[in-house]
Amino acid sequence: MKVVIVAGTPGAGKTSVMTHTIKQLQKKGKKTSVIKIDCLYTDDDVRYGKLGVPTLIGLSKDMCPDHFAIYNIEEMVEWAKEQNTDTLIIETAGLCHRCAPYTKNSLGVCVIDATSGPNTPRKVGPFLTSADVVAITKGDIISQAEREVFRERVLEMNPNCTIYDVNGLSGQGCAEIAEEITEAKDITDLENELLRHNAPLSVCTLCVGETRIAKKYHRGVLRRIDGFTKYVGE
Amino acid sequence: MEIKEIKIIGGVDKCGNPENVKELIVKKGEIFGVVGPTGSGKSNLISDIEQLSQGDTVSGRKIMINNEIPSSDMRRDPRKRRIAQLSQNMNFLADMTVEEFLIMHAKSRGINSEGLVDKVIDLANNLTGEPIKKDYNLTILSGGQSRSLMVADVAVISDSPIVLIDEIENAGIKKHEALELLAGYGKIVMVITHDPVLALMTNRRVVMKNGAMTEIIETSDEEKEVSKRLNDLDGWMLSMREKVRHGEKLSIGDIQNTCKTC
Repeated sequence: MKVVIVAGTPGAGKTSVMTHTIKQLQKKGKKTSVIKIDCLYTDDDVRYGKLGVPTLIGLSKDMCPDHFAIYNIEEMVEWAKEQNTDTLIIETAGLCHRCAPYTKNSLGVCVIDATSGPNTPRKVGPFLTSADVVAITKGDIISQAEREVFRERVLEMNPNCTIYDVNGLSGQGCAEIAEEITEAKDITDLENELLRHNAPLSVCTLCVGETRIAKKYHRGVLRRIDGFTKYVGE
Repeated sequence: MEIKEIKIIGGVDKCGNPENVKELIVKKGEIFGVVGPTGSGKSNLISDIEQLSQGDTVSGRKIMINNEIPSSDMRRDPRKRRIAQLSQNMNFLADMTVEEFLIMHAKSRGINSEGLVDKVIDLANNLTGEPIKKDYNLTILSGGQSRSLMVADVAVISDSPIVLIDEIENAGIKKHEALELLAGYGKIVMVITHDPVLALMTNRRVVMKNGAMTEIIETSDEEKEVSKRLNDLDGWMLSMREKVRHGEKLSIGDIQNTCKTC
């Protein structure tokens, strides 16, 4: 089973890019299934459903969607096998920009929007820096020079990735991404599969539902704005 | 690799019918025009060339360089890209100064940026009335300043054997100077234009309709003559514009005395 994990900034065009990519995979005779992980709401299952591929959605509710995806990866792969598919695409909402949902043997695809400006690659963290493939969308609405500057910034953050200019509307560039997926490794030993990058630093009292803001109520790894970090608790 | 020619192999129009022009070859040193009404697919043609499409765009066109399919490296990596494009998209979104942007762009093209920033800015300031400074933030540049900066950037930083220009006339910059600067020597230049002066400056032009290349027109001797006269008219129009720009008032006498062609 090939597992493709797709992450990226909201609105960058992850679903559009993947829809076109799946069409290309279908042309190659690949049997694909899709799981969309979002927080509160998504109708992307309808969009994926139109392609006739098995589709599942997972809403993480008040949990980080990337954490949710990781906890559920065994079930997801199991489900994809039951659907008789050879390629599982997991699209995650990935909101905090600190998580890196990619695992060692999955294909990590980052979708990022060129109109978000060349400082964005510096701000989005592991889902860009640890990706195998970076799909840059919306390049057709900025100048060539700015597109090239954006690309350079992506390479500064992740020198080893392969970059594709992709058009989510026309599907241009998606054939290359489908090719990358076809050439990706299989995940054979899920039990020993590792994340490429650790999840964000520790757990604090806010994570488990504390709503009071005063300092004295907080436990866990606490970092101050001046950079001082300490652990409070047992 | 020396680029001697590009070949555009026709695809389909907006309705999926084959294009009338099956093959278009533009050779080194030629300035080629692209004309047609708004929405006729001019920008798409230019963008097919920029991306060296291989039947993977809406039009289904294929672009050959020196009669060969270009390598995927050449298609993807700006350091190996031999194409400079000046598109209509001139709104800068990058939150950085002109200097930072130019240095970064030179880096993306794999060239040493020493001395380049001043060179680009000087050239740009020759094309527009409103001077650009290197510590200006990109996002505050006006339409004319942005376009001048991009023209100068194409001439210096993305200096490439193939130059694609989309409606250079629209931003109130000196278009003749801009075209001369861009065309350089021995380049392949494709110009999208609604401007008869620029259109007739080319030797041949392709007519676009409904997303397809429908006809290739060679500029006749008569048209060259028309071009010369239009050029005079254009110069006169420009002088009127400068007067208005500088707060002067125009009189009937300005038309009667200045315009020899009228």
